[in-house]
Amino acid sequence: MLLITTSATHLLLKIFCKLLVVNRLALQLNCPLPKLDFDVITLGHGSGGLLTHRLLNAGVFKILENPLLQEQHDGAMFNLSGQLAFSTDSYVISPIFFPGGNIGELAVHGSINDIAMCGAMPQYLSLAFIIEEGLTMEEFWEVLLGIKKASEAAGVPIVTGDTKVVERGKGDKIFINTSALGQVHPKAKISSSRIQVGDRILINAPIAQHGVAILSVRQGLEFETTVLSDTRPLHHVVKKLIEACGEEIHFLRDPTRGGVATVLNEVASQARVGVDLLQKTLPIDDPVEGACEMLGLDPLYVANEGVFIAIVSSAVSAKALTLLQSDFPAAAEIGKIVHDHPGQVILRSKIGGRRVVSMLPGEQLPRIC
Amino acid sequence: MKYLSEYRDQELVHELVNEIKHVVTQPWTIMEVCGGQTHSLVKNGILQMLPEQITMVHGPGCPVCVTPISIIDEAILLAQRPEVIVCSFGDMLRVPGSERSLLEAKALGADVRIVYSPLEAVRIAKENPSREVVFFAVGFETTAPANALSVIQANKLGVTNYSLLASHVLVPPAMEAILSDPETTVNAFLAAGHVCTIMGIDEYVPIAEKYKVPIVVTGFEPVDLLQGIYMAVRQLEAGIAKVENQYARVVMREGNLRAKDTIDQVFDVSDRDWRGIGTIPASGWEVSDRLSHYNARKKFKLQPMAGRENKSCIAGEIMKGKKKPMDCPLFGKACTPENPQGAPMVSSEGSCAAYYHFRNSPVVENFL
Repeated sequence: MLLITTSATHLLLKIFCKLLVVNRLALQLNCPLPKLDFDVITLGHGSGGLLTHRLLNAGVFKILENPLLQEQHDGAMFNLSGQLAFSTDSYVISPIFFPGGNIGELAVHGSINDIAMCGAMPQYLSLAFIIEEGLTMEEFWEVLLGIKKASEAAGVPIVTGDTKVVERGKGDKIFINTSALGQVHPKAKISSSRIQVGDRILINAPIAQHGVAILSVRQGLEFETTVLSDTRPLHHVVKKLIEACGEEIHFLRDPTRGGVATVLNEVASQARVGVDLLQKTLPIDDPVEGACEMLGLDPLYVANEGVFIAIVSSAVSAKALTLLQSDFPAAAEIGKIVHDHPGQVILRSKIGGRRVVSMLPGEQLPRIC
Repeated sequence: MKYLSEYRDQELVHELVNEIKHVVTQPWTIMEVCGGQTHSLVKNGILQMLPEQITMVHGPGCPVCVTPISIIDEAILLAQRPEVIVCSFGDMLRVPGSERSLLEAKALGADVRIVYSPLEAVRIAKENPSREVVFFAVGFETTAPANALSVIQANKLGVTNYSLLASHVLVPPAMEAILSDPETTVNAFLAAGHVCTIMGIDEYVPIAEKYKVPIVVTGFEPVDLLQGIYMAVRQLEAGIAKVENQYARVVMREGNLRAKDTIDQVFDVSDRDWRGIGTIPASGWEVSDRLSHYNARKKFKLQPMAGRENKSCIAGEIMKGKKKPMDCPLFGKACTPENPQGAPMVSSEGSCAAYYHFRNSPVVENFL
């Protein structure tokens, strides 16, 4: 038996509200913002007292429901067996609403994907809010609906959590932490130590969409684009991949912050191998490439939220790619692991030149000209 | 992408590389003036496609690299004032000043904001009437029209809490400074296509004639750069030294007259310090005295500052093409991309950073 502790303020996160639909519009119709005598979050809502109870009773608990929450205990209790994977991540994105999603969906998908990259199937999620006072109930509600939508669609329930409120100016609207717990698939054996020379590097979907979608709505930089964040859960496709190819899947990683370039540099340095990357086969959509050109950003370093890299033995690379392409048409083989230049990623450019793709020393900053 | 992919065509690139190999008979050193060209050469892996007789030298056309440390110190000093918001293009933020960078000043509480356009800074000024917004106006002739326009716009809107901290520099005087150095190794220039889009090409003719050096106005895509290199090599091999325009699809002889007029309305030519090179007479632009209330130096009564460089840094000689980054005692030790001492280590196209990333790389050992 596992016991996941939670703080007292979230004891009430256990109320049932059955929803039959999962898309956002339908959710809003079925779960409208309840009538409350407050329209913004104040410090009192994090006090653990009456205001906290009213916020949670009238809102949060009605949205997030499952049998484990109904226990109304300090923590969620459940049985899990075999090898487990456990991961945590905090989400501080600005703005909290962006084309293709919101911070709530991102927080659910992010921890689910971290578990998936261990070759594990996520089972349970925890959820903790740090809210800046002044966040409107409408905004909070929309985030909550995003969380519900993502959790239900992924089939991973939220079983414990916490809510805190900080003074205005000490946060940025809302920060969310999620942790996920899952069982490692019996056929999975994912480790950077298993990466071998000759392995192929596969990617499931076009890169840099999330980062460009966020930039397009960041204050001071608004530009018109049709690019949506690629935030989505990846555990189902990873499960298919592992069931089909088992231990021949050597390594999995989702290139979120720092993008594909950072992940491949980590691979090169952890496994002491060289990485050859083919720009020609790297999937990137035209609007994303155009936005990166305009903003002076290298898409290789731009964040993704629904992309993963699989390093697989050459024996199964064709099979694995076909499988990926059945869910993600743009999936591609983008390079291979080589003996030369250990510790370095070398990109063969579209025109046939070669260059080193290095780690970024800090944040990627737009260039003057 | 239309009008870009055509200039990234692999077959055309290989044809041009072969043409260059065919025409070259002896070693030549060619300087690409602009940081954008350096960026493209590095990003596309063009440098190691060239025949070994061709050495490309990265020129001073990287605004990040040539902005003097004293002006970065001025920007930080202003940013530390509680009433001031300093707006800047992104890549200036990591450039080290005497004590710290703007990014570090921001972490310590200074209000420093990254903008993509100076007009954005004017908007911030309008929205924050109780604050003073200073735009860090850095760059060559390319960024000057938009920066000038921001002052015209602020004036028109009656926005008085806006000013420029100008560090504008001009390409032709820098080229002359490099050519008049007796130790220069530069045989030909690829002039910056976008600078010439604004200014035209006539001002390069006397330089080509006086110093007997071919100057090819060149664009930024792989095909542009290789064609520019080919045109320069062809001139060198034939003993010709004239101004040619590779970037004719964009650059007109007279330049952009409206942009030049906008610049003239706001800026006057001034002497300017270049980081690592020193003072070059009449090599920059300062906000005109007619608009002195939009000049941050006048508005905040800034006294001239003496920036403190790391004495061992040889960035100036590297930018003039006289030394290689490996000749610097700080290279890879006290000076790395995570902790840059000199500006060429800051941006990815800076020659020190490029060398740093390419070190110990067998596949690119003939890089540069």
